[in-house]
Amino acid sequence: MASIRFDRIGKSFGETEIIKNLDFSVNDGEFMVFVGPSGCGKSTVLRMIAGLETISTGELWIGDRVVNDVHPKDRDIAMVFQSYALYPHMSVYDNIAFGLKIRKLPDADIRKRVQDAADLLGLDKLLDRKPKALSGGQRQRVALGRAIVRNPSVFLFDEPLSNLDAELRVQMRAEISKLQRRLNTTTVYVTHDQVEAMTMGQRIAVLSACDKAHPRDTNLMQCGSPMDLYDRPDNIFVARFIGTPNMNIVHARLGDDGATLSSLGGSMPVSAQFKEAAQARRGQEVMLGIRPEHIGAPHEVDWPQIQAVQGQVEMVELLGHEAILHFRVGEQIMVGRLHSHGRLPSPGDTVTMHLKCEAIHLFDPVTELRLR
Amino acid sequence: MANMKTRNHIWLHLGLISFTLLAIYPVLWVLALSFSGQQSVGLIDLPQDPSFLERLRAILPVPEHWSVKNYTEVWTEQQFGRWLWNSVVISLMTTLLGVFLACTAAYAFSRFRFPGRNTGMLMFLVSQMFPGTLMLIPLFIIIVKQLELGNTYLGLVIVYATTSIPFCVWMLKGYFDTIPYDIEESALIDGASRLTIFWRIILPLAKPAIAITALFSFMTAWNEFILASVFMESEANYTAPVGLRFFVGGFSSQWGYFAAGSVIVSLPVVALFLQLQKYLISGLTAGSVK
Repeated sequence: MASIRFDRIGKSFGETEIIKNLDFSVNDGEFMVFVGPSGCGKSTVLRMIAGLETISTGELWIGDRVVNDVHPKDRDIAMVFQSYALYPHMSVYDNIAFGLKIRKLPDADIRKRVQDAADLLGLDKLLDRKPKALSGGQRQRVALGRAIVRNPSVFLFDEPLSNLDAELRVQMRAEISKLQRRLNTTTVYVTHDQVEAMTMGQRIAVLSACDKAHPRDTNLMQCGSPMDLYDRPDNIFVARFIGTPNMNIVHARLGDDGATLSSLGGSMPVSAQFKEAAQARRGQEVMLGIRPEHIGAPHEVDWPQIQAVQGQVEMVELLGHEAILHFRVGEQIMVGRLHSHGRLPSPGDTVTMHLKCEAIHLFDPVTELRLR
Repeated sequence: MANMKTRNHIWLHLGLISFTLLAIYPVLWVLALSFSGQQSVGLIDLPQDPSFLERLRAILPVPEHWSVKNYTEVWTEQQFGRWLWNSVVISLMTTLLGVFLACTAAYAFSRFRFPGRNTGMLMFLVSQMFPGTLMLIPLFIIIVKQLELGNTYLGLVIVYATTSIPFCVWMLKGYFDTIPYDIEESALIDGASRLTIFWRIILPLAKPAIAITALFSFMTAWNEFILASVFMESEANYTAPVGLRFFVGGFSSQWGYFAAGSVIVSLPVVALFLQLQKYLISGLTAGSVK
């Protein structure tokens, strides 16, 4: 068991700085998910924890020691790779036992530990097989077995589910979560899939690229519990990244009284949580964010404070239990949600939708940060 | 239409068969000669005024009398056994040394980034562009004059290993490149050292490529004639190819022994080829594409 602490960690390849100023920690026994679009450096950060990448600046702590210069094998970690990275010429048993054999544990001990891990993962009947005779899900399990058998203080997962089909992914997602809760081992899990992040993580760190095209002080956009990120995104990047369909972000202007907000051809009250911030920015431009589930048809929703918006239907996506409505308000495409069993509008229709005013998020148009 | 197709097939096969005969005719001649029990290069003594049929018979690669005398005598009355032994020892040592050095070098070229990496690979390639005979004099000076390894196994082993290594390194590097680095990183985290990874992960995985390079190294040493004939002075140290030449050089013309010896020399290579055939196909292509 161990916590992981990033103390102003940075990483450059030559002149190119790809990780900047990471400063946060993963608590002991916590399931932390790193999520971000491809190229944001999340895998690099994971590999720095594993010791597969060097750290350019800052200090990385695992437990009570700085591990910048500690060899991967001495960091007491186990890693599961996207490609599984099983040893193709070894049986399942030998794959799982390899790390223990290298560490010269007694044979009886190895046999017991491998057997326990195999039982836990349902691999006990496959121990003699070679990896090529296994299905994707079974290979993934062997990779998990190889990680847990060593009983490390930190688990690292590098997009472990992205090679599996959709059904298996959902199943393994639950299994990994369950396994982690049972073993209670500090875990860092990297994914680009925000659904995986939301469902698995006790906390989520949203990372973003940090390069010339995206000048930022740090790759870390926000770190918090899933609902924290969902309900109170720190910035527009997180607001858009977490949640499907994406949050609607539109321009708005605060009224001279600082209590109203004009946007989308109407004017609406500023919600309580932004009162002070809005007072301070009277008459200024802001960005308004609202999630699709907070835009609904008038007869389907019953919200205390609403703002009606009129637009033209562009597209309706039917999902079974609900329908996603894309409609145009002026130049702006908005996304809202309808119950799928009501009468659905067709493209070209004019619709009136209601916005839930308390659910509106406000961001600074320049810094893109949430107003406080 | 179908008729035309059959006719084309017949012509095609006639052509192929005649080319095949053309290619294996010398081999058949050597085989016939080895089983003829005689030493002359011709199989049949023609009479003074041969008829057409007699001439035709004379070019058929079939001996007048079948006999294994050439085979038995090449063992008993000549030093051929000794020469074959020399070849076996030298070829096996070359294979061991060549493959070991090629594996370690290829692994370094494949996995590590170091100054001179590209230049090194290029130099290996360039070294393959010169004909072997061009190297004869410098090699003679280095091995015989300076290292004083003339007339020894070691001298030839060093020379053969160095000539086969460049090809082997390229071949193996290509194969190592196809082994995902994830596997090594995984082993690294599992606690394995570089050396353990090399021995227990990489080499077992590269078996097909190693089989090919081993075969190549072995054949380089087994078939080589020019260097061996220059370096090996005493008759007892001849390798098989040099020994074979001994039967028909200068004042002797024991073509029967020569033929029997040639067949014996080619057998191990044929056997190895058959054995490694499955690797040959996967090994030769495996290095090129992922």
